[in-house]
Amino acid sequence: MSSREKILATCTANKPALVDLPQLSDEHLTHYDDKIAQFKLILEGIGGKVVALENIEQVKEEIAIHKQSGEFVVDTVFNTDDALKAQTSFDLERVDRAYLQATLGVAENGSVWLYEAQMGNRLLPFICQHLFIVLDKATLVDNMYQAYQKLQVQETGFGVFIAGPSKTADIEQSLVIGAHGARSLTVYLV
Amino acid sequence: MKVGLFIPCYIDQFYPQVGIATYQLLKKLGCDVDYPENQTCCGQPMANSGFSPLTGGCDKNFVANFDAYDYIVAPSGSCVLHIKEHLKDDKNPEKAQKIRNNIYELTEFLVDILKVEHLSSNFPYKVGFHTSCHGQRGLHLSSMTERVLPQFSKPEQLLQKVKGLQLSYPERKDECCGFGGTFCVFEEAVSVKMGKDRIEEHQKNEVDYITAGDVSCLMHLEGILKRQGSKVKAIHLAEILNHE
Amino acid sequence: MSNLKTLDHAAAAEIFIKDEARTDWHDDTLWFVRQKRDKAVHGIAEWEQLREWASEIKNHTLSNLDNYLIAFEKQAEANGIKIHWAADALEHNQLMHKILKDNNISRIVKSKSMLTEECHLNDYLKKQGIEVVDTDLGERIVQLRDEAPSHIVLPAIHLKKQDVSETFHEHLHTEEGNNDPQYLTEAARQHLRDHFIQSELAITGVNFAIAETGGFVVCTNEGNADMGAHTAKIHVACMGIEKIIPKTEHLGVFLRLLARSATGQPITTYSSHFQKPRSGQEMHIIIVDNGRTKQLGRADFRNSLKCIRCAACFNTCPVYRRSGGHSYHTAVAGPIGSILNPNLDMKANADLPFASTLCGSCSNVCPVKIDIHEQLWKWRQVIVEEGYVKPEKKIAMKGMAWLFSNPKVYRWAGKSGRWFLRTMPFLGNNKLNVWYKQREMPEAPKQSFHDWYQQNKNK
Repeated sequence: MSSREKILATCTANKPALVDLPQLSDEHLTHYDDKIAQFKLILEGIGGKVVALENIEQVKEEIAIHKQSGEFVVDTVFNTDDALKAQTSFDLERVDRAYLQATLGVAENGSVWLYEAQMGNRLLPFICQHLFIVLDKATLVDNMYQAYQKLQVQETGFGVFIAGPSKTADIEQSLVIGAHGARSLTVYLV
Repeated sequence: MKVGLFIPCYIDQFYPQVGIATYQLLKKLGCDVDYPENQTCCGQPMANSGFSPLTGGCDKNFVANFDAYDYIVAPSGSCVLHIKEHLKDDKNPEKAQKIRNNIYELTEFLVDILKVEHLSSNFPYKVGFHTSCHGQRGLHLSSMTERVLPQFSKPEQLLQKVKGLQLSYPERKDECCGFGGTFCVFEEAVSVKMGKDRIEEHQKNEVDYITAGDVSCLMHLEGILKRQGSKVKAIHLAEILNHE
Repeated sequence: MSNLKTLDHAAAAEIFIKDEARTDWHDDTLWFVRQKRDKAVHGIAEWEQLREWASEIKNHTLSNLDNYLIAFEKQAEANGIKIHWAADALEHNQLMHKILKDNNISRIVKSKSMLTEECHLNDYLKKQGIEVVDTDLGERIVQLRDEAPSHIVLPAIHLKKQDVSETFHEHLHTEEGNNDPQYLTEAARQHLRDHFIQSELAITGVNFAIAETGGFVVCTNEGNADMGAHTAKIHVACMGIEKIIPKTEHLGVFLRLLARSATGQPITTYSSHFQKPRSGQEMHIIIVDNGRTKQLGRADFRNSLKCIRCAACFNTCPVYRRSGGHSYHTAVAGPIGSILNPNLDMKANADLPFASTLCGSCSNVCPVKIDIHEQLWKWRQVIVEEGYVKPEKKIAMKGMAWLFSNPKVYRWAGKSGRWFLRTMPFLGNNKLNVWYKQREMPEAPKQSFHDWYQQNKNK
């Protein structure tokens, strides 16, 4: 018998009688009167920055300024750059700033969701030094239940919730921002 | 209402004053109290050490002693919890079940059954409350810091009725003292360290007494206090509630 | 580590506590994490509802585990992921070794996976001459020191920053005596970035595997799982069979509970949802049993398989905080480890269910409502029944049982006080009175309650 068969057969023999799956619902969960305020409160509490913008052109201008100053800026908000996909860790390791569009934000925990298509390259949101996310404030949901109702996770090869900059507290519980991933996260609410 | 008084073995032997206070308090509050004289031990020391098959004799004796009562009351959450969860009588399972349903820890009995509104007690001291785990997490005598549920405390409700008493809690409101039955000897180092840490927090509150609903916790804390030569004394809750 | 003769928990704890200042520091550091957890969960009105749902989802999953595993495999394979099955730790390690050999891999990075710790993968591969670089900061620290993690979420929590500084000075050539966590973390970032960008194969754990979609979720704060997985041409994810959940929407319950329980964060920084390999990449999943199906068959203990490895039970445990993770001599320490490990090796881990006061705080903080302290109690019964207990303890217990079964003997023993004292459980029947080492004995009163009652009952 293969290990697969052995494991499955033992599971079948040893599992208890079938019990019901609970019915989840949004009814029991906290909803926020001001989702923007809640999102900002939580994300800033975990080291992220939230900037409310009048219009998205401001991001465009910011990108242009940083590009001009010689920084390695990658932007998938305004440019769909197919070349990005083929870039390796050696290329992306030099990225100073990455600007990406997120699908939605979650007020309860300050996270934003990105599909693979929004990253251009799976490695980009992690390997860049500083991460900038553009988020339509109308996409904010109260909680994770609502988030999963809206998302089509199985439609993407890879997707991620990101909540704040990379961090660690592995040395004496001292919080240090910028462990392996992005050293900062800024969310532009448009 | 016929109340059977259950005085756990180590209280009977080492802390009779706790048994006396419990008895007198219940009498004062109008209960018809009996102490079945052939009682010994609930069997918890064996069961918690992994020897539950050896508790048959204790079970049998317990059922024989307490079968006849409407209520069984004991000044020990830990022993009550053991009976509630583990008392067995293979020949008369209904008798064991009845006892399991009718056994109460003292403060639980005073608050839930007697619904005590007034106490004539007077105890003009600073008292630190030690929350005994089995009473709290096992019998739900008070809310727990880990859970997101409404706050309450049956022992505190009673202590607040005592004249002159200044109640305080340690910083870690419901951390275990480290007694833990045979844990106190088989894990002596951790047990004592836990006890020392509880005491230190109470001492920061400058208490005169540390009280609790379980004598086992108090016996352990008292042992450390005495070794340290501390002025702080350990006293069971029943003794305070009965103090005038 | 594994080749040393291990002390039992009580003996190791006694050594740990000898340095009382350090014990206090360890206790406070972990209590701080418990407090962060409290602050986070008390802000969630529906916390108890979430726990209930999580528990029910896991109970349901365990009751249908075979079918969910089959469904997961089918979906994952349809997504282009290769599935392997390992009956035990050795087979897991062999499968990993084969993937490495077949692809001629030498540069391997690994993010935190308690399963690979449980299987002692690093040791196994080391013996084959293969080096794995752990990339979680805490794990890298202990790896450089040739130690085992002492905590499943905070692997280096037993170390002070001075210790880390010394280790980094030796291995990463950081400034001697620079203990600044910011500086040390930056040094690790630079050191590990080199490993990441050159990595050929990345090993990760799995936090949740979704039967419905064949996808899986990995949670980190540092981003190390992603740095490896999205760089390397091969990604191998290792999961125990109990990591399965039925549907994507259930993540909405578990992701709310996990980080809040673990560190008090609302969610981990990165919750990465892997569905398909990226173009040109190979993705493998090794599904491991290693005693789990056996535990599934133990009615009293199966619900330990609900564990999502948040370590809340570690942080709240007053015994863990004062004895350190290494005193549990197993990959998964703490209260949850004490109910998982006897299933793996009852004899070697017979001490663990006794390393608890049964205070019950562990069960209260558990986000999936495992009745940890009740299982500790039940393991004690099994261990005694199976004979893994010292004979002196058995004799003492038999003596007590006899005494308490005979009211007359009990009262006689009480009257001759010294005899009774010797029989009491807290003396443990030791020749040396262990109680008395650091505590005074209770004073034997002149009269027992029983005797007082006889004199006073009719007054």
